Amino acid sequence: MAAPMQRWVGRGRHWTFARVDGGSCHRREAPTGSTSNRIRGRSSVAQQPLYTTQKPRKGEHKWAAVVGLEIHAQISSNSKLFSGSQVRFSAPPNSLVSFFDASLPGTLPVLNRRCVEAAVMTGLALNCHINKKSLFDRKHYFYADLPAGYQITQQRLPIAVNGSLTYGVCAGKKQSQVIPKTVRIKQIQLEQDSGKSLHDDLRSQTLIDLNRAEGQLRVDANISVHHPGEPLGVRTEVKNLNSIRFLAKAIDYEIQRQINELENGGEILNETRSFHYQLGCTMSMRDKEGKQDYRWFMPEPNLPPLVLYDATSLPAGADPQQVINIDQIRETLPELPSVTRERLVQQYGMLLEHSFTLLNEVGLLEFFQNVIKETRAEPKKVTSWVLNTFLGYLKQQNLAVSESPVTPSALAELLDLLDSRTISSAAAKQVFEELWKREGKTPGQIVSEKQLELMEDRGALEQLCHSMMEAHPQVVMDLKKGNPRVINKLIGLVRKATQNRADPAMIKEILEKKLSS
Amino acid sequence: QSGSSLRIVSAALKQGQITPTELCQKCLSLIKKTKFLNAYITVSEEVALKQAEESEKRYKNGQSLGDLDGIPVAVKDNFSTSGIETTCASNMLKGYIPPYNATVVQKLLDQGALLMGKTNLDEFAMGSGSTDGIFGPVKNPWSYSKQYREKRKQNPHNKNEDSDWLITGGSSGGSAAAVSAFTCYAALGSDTGGSTRNPAAHCGLVGFKPSYGLVSRHGLIPLVNSMDVPGILTRCVDDAAVVLGALAGPDPKDSTTVHDPINKPFMLPSLADVSKLCIGIPKEYLIPELSSEVRSLWSKAADLFESEGAKVLEVSLPHTSYSIVCYHVLCTTEVASNMARFDGLQYGHRCDINVSTEAMYAATRREGFNDVVRGRILSGNFFLLKENYENYFVKAQKVRRLIANDFVNAFNSGVDVLLTPTTLSEAVPYLEFIKEDNRTRSAQDDIFTQAVNMAGLPAVSIPVALSNQGLPIGLQFIGRAFCDQQLLTVAKWFEKQVQFPVIQLQELMDDCSAVLENEKSASVSLKQ
Repeated sequence: MAAPMQRWVGRGRHWTFARVDGGSCHRREAPTGSTSNRIRGRSSVAQQPLYTTQKPRKGEHKWAAVVGLEIHAQISSNSKLFSGSQVRFSAPPNSLVSFFDASLPGTLPVLNRRCVEAAVMTGLALNCHINKKSLFDRKHYFYADLPAGYQITQQRLPIAVNGSLTYGVCAGKKQSQVIPKTVRIKQIQLEQDSGKSLHDDLRSQTLIDLNRAEGQLRVDANISVHHPGEPLGVRTEVKNLNSIRFLAKAIDYEIQRQINELENGGEILNETRSFHYQLGCTMSMRDKEGKQDYRWFMPEPNLPPLVLYDATSLPAGADPQQVINIDQIRETLPELPSVTRERLVQQYGMLLEHSFTLLNEVGLLEFFQNVIKETRAEPKKVTSWVLNTFLGYLKQQNLAVSESPVTPSALAELLDLLDSRTISSAAAKQVFEELWKREGKTPGQIVSEKQLELMEDRGALEQLCHSMMEAHPQVVMDLKKGNPRVINKLIGLVRKATQNRADPAMIKEILEKKLSS
Repeated sequence: QSGSSLRIVSAALKQGQITPTELCQKCLSLIKKTKFLNAYITVSEEVALKQAEESEKRYKNGQSLGDLDGIPVAVKDNFSTSGIETTCASNMLKGYIPPYNATVVQKLLDQGALLMGKTNLDEFAMGSGSTDGIFGPVKNPWSYSKQYREKRKQNPHNKNEDSDWLITGGSSGGSAAAVSAFTCYAALGSDTGGSTRNPAAHCGLVGFKPSYGLVSRHGLIPLVNSMDVPGILTRCVDDAAVVLGALAGPDPKDSTTVHDPINKPFMLPSLADVSKLCIGIPKEYLIPELSSEVRSLWSKAADLFESEGAKVLEVSLPHTSYSIVCYHVLCTTEVASNMARFDGLQYGHRCDINVSTEAMYAATRREGFNDVVRGRILSGNFFLLKENYENYFVKAQKVRRLIANDFVNAFNSGVDVLLTPTTLSEAVPYLEFIKEDNRTRSAQDDIFTQAVNMAGLPAVSIPVALSNQGLPIGLQFIGRAFCDQQLLTVAKWFEKQVQFPVIQLQELMDDCSAVLENEKSASVSLKQ
């Protein structure tokens, strides 16, 4: 337990939740009981895409779906949310369990400062209101991997509320157009992770690992459908989705299932469902976990209210080790992705979708910026090389940016050679391929070894064009008959003969001149 | 004043009049002699002797750790003790050996105290008689005192002496009996609704409940986290101050302990004059159930303060009558939550049923908990049900705030300490006590004590006088939050005025009189 968790709760077509955990981060779906929540839910529904059954009949009611996500994410911290024991990925089972983690009688939770800071930082990054006072609660249920019989979380007054996240959705023919969207974040809460149950069906036993904190993102999706203008429908909760792709599939499936169910005169039960990865469908969880709202809450008496300060409320002479200053955390906040994207578009005249790609790949932006720093080439050229050639090679070989054989300096040098017209762009591709082989040569060395410099002797090139025209009289004939595209064939032949060293534009110019004479 | 206080024996140790090992052995022999009291669940003889040996070395080398070095102490069996079984007097934890020490236990050991053993209690500290644990009831040493026996002889109706023994009160009855029977010099109790003060009153001891947050709860197996505090049972106020000095202070393992600097050590000045003092008498504490003897002692005590120049005021704590009901709701809800971890999976009792996890939980908990614990869990879960939450749990929390505010208002009106009874009457015989169930008894016995826990205030029960039956009666002083030192200073002055008699157990443990003799001579030599 004890992996510290943070939860974000959002509302709307895509309610977003998250939690950060020992840490993990966990966004929780809003309870449906509250009137204000329902109002907010409705207002967002108006903007939702409308769904119909697969074969819409004439005059049929349209459906609107409401989705809320509870996202559990682990906090990057050295120790757990409420105990001093370590957090380490793939540690042997139960090797990182303190007396508190094992819920030994008499042990008490002690809040991990690092996790609080991470939660505040997440809250700031998601434009949340940070609550200067937040509270901890116990959520009770009996389950073997929950040794205390309750989980410490922030139900009533979480650390951050009312945020928003702007993101882009790809649209258009080639999915190349990015449509900006905003999702509302209901709350971010710190939450202890439960243990992990490993069911051994063969021996009919369950093994429990109390290390917890598995480093992954876990999402529970709450879904309901209704007719616009009518009250919201009954919701179901699809639990434990651990990839974005499955999340999308599960939501789409569940929306369609609910519509079909209702249109066939059935009803939707307020239940917990699981997503079957192979079959691509959701199924009711028929154990106790399946019952909704069986959990009860109580304030956690062993943790005093969590009080945060800002520059104005910080008591004079307060020990910096004893207080958490929101303004100080704000200062350490890195540039947020939306700001970076905007800057890239403005500074380099980049398309918005390119800025998304640069930021979505870990380390790619930094690589790009390092190339830009060292090269004279135009930013558009750099963008194109980084996003097409470089990223293409990485993807093909399934490498991370950090594993790339080509350094930013090497690419910068290559682009300089291209920019100064020392080599043709086809030769540049060849050099890049050589660089990828990790032979430790610089682009300059490769160019001179392979004699890839652009042919600058116009006389020699003219001679070459002449002999090529003589060798292919049929092509010349076609050209003269009025088929100008055939010239590309000649250009290609000449380039090949120069081993890509000639500038295609110059070849074209010479050929055109000769043909018209 | 008792000739066997911690301070006095500590001085004797320092002067070499007695060695820690001799002292330890004498206490061990008294523990054996008084085994029938059922004060101890576990006697940690080997541990204590080893600690005594180490203490002795320190004294020889002039490296004494302080007032507690070499002093035999006992600890209620709901504090975790590393390597020593900790049962909470429950089947659920029978055989459970914690791998760590509660902070308060560790602090005592760090000061060189000798751990004599773990004392008896009501199961999971749920009770007010120390009668409802799996190891059986604790007997009040005063049942065997000369004072009580002589009074009984005067009454021809009392024949069946042996079966007519008295309860200690509870739930820290084992700790109270252990101190009262001279088997140790101080004992830790726990106090959630009066569990330290109640048995202190019945056993003629000082029973101190510190301010919530002054002393760490880490390692105390909880009853109600928001009200529990480690309590201290001693034979005089100064001794309680010595132990408090060792225990008080922030603990990184308990986030509810306060960081504000406190005056340490807790040296209590001897008040020469109480004329600047204002004593509050809460009028709501005068209830029909209060015995006339306690009532008259309470009133005499108020007169005493007034005659010595203190201002004595009647004050009102208007929400007092709601307190016990509110306490019941809050106590059971936290119990329902705190007891959830006892599922038989990791430690403690586990049943033989393994049809399913749920069946295993159910049978384990049915077998592991007694009726009282199960009853409180059931009530707590009832109050926490969605449909009852607002009406019971939330309402009780609001009332708790009102009760705490009552005290704040009283203190803001200029009162320094409040003076109240601790219990309705003196200890009753076991056979009488069990005529009512645990819940009824708790409601009666916690009546004057639990409100203090809900407000987090310090309070101390001081033995005042013997009843007509020759049994101790205690009165309670309640102080402002974190004014524990002021509270104990007033209590010390009062203690000196009333000169409560020492329990006379010589007949019971004739050949142990040597210990008492020794201590007497020590005290005499100190006074010279």
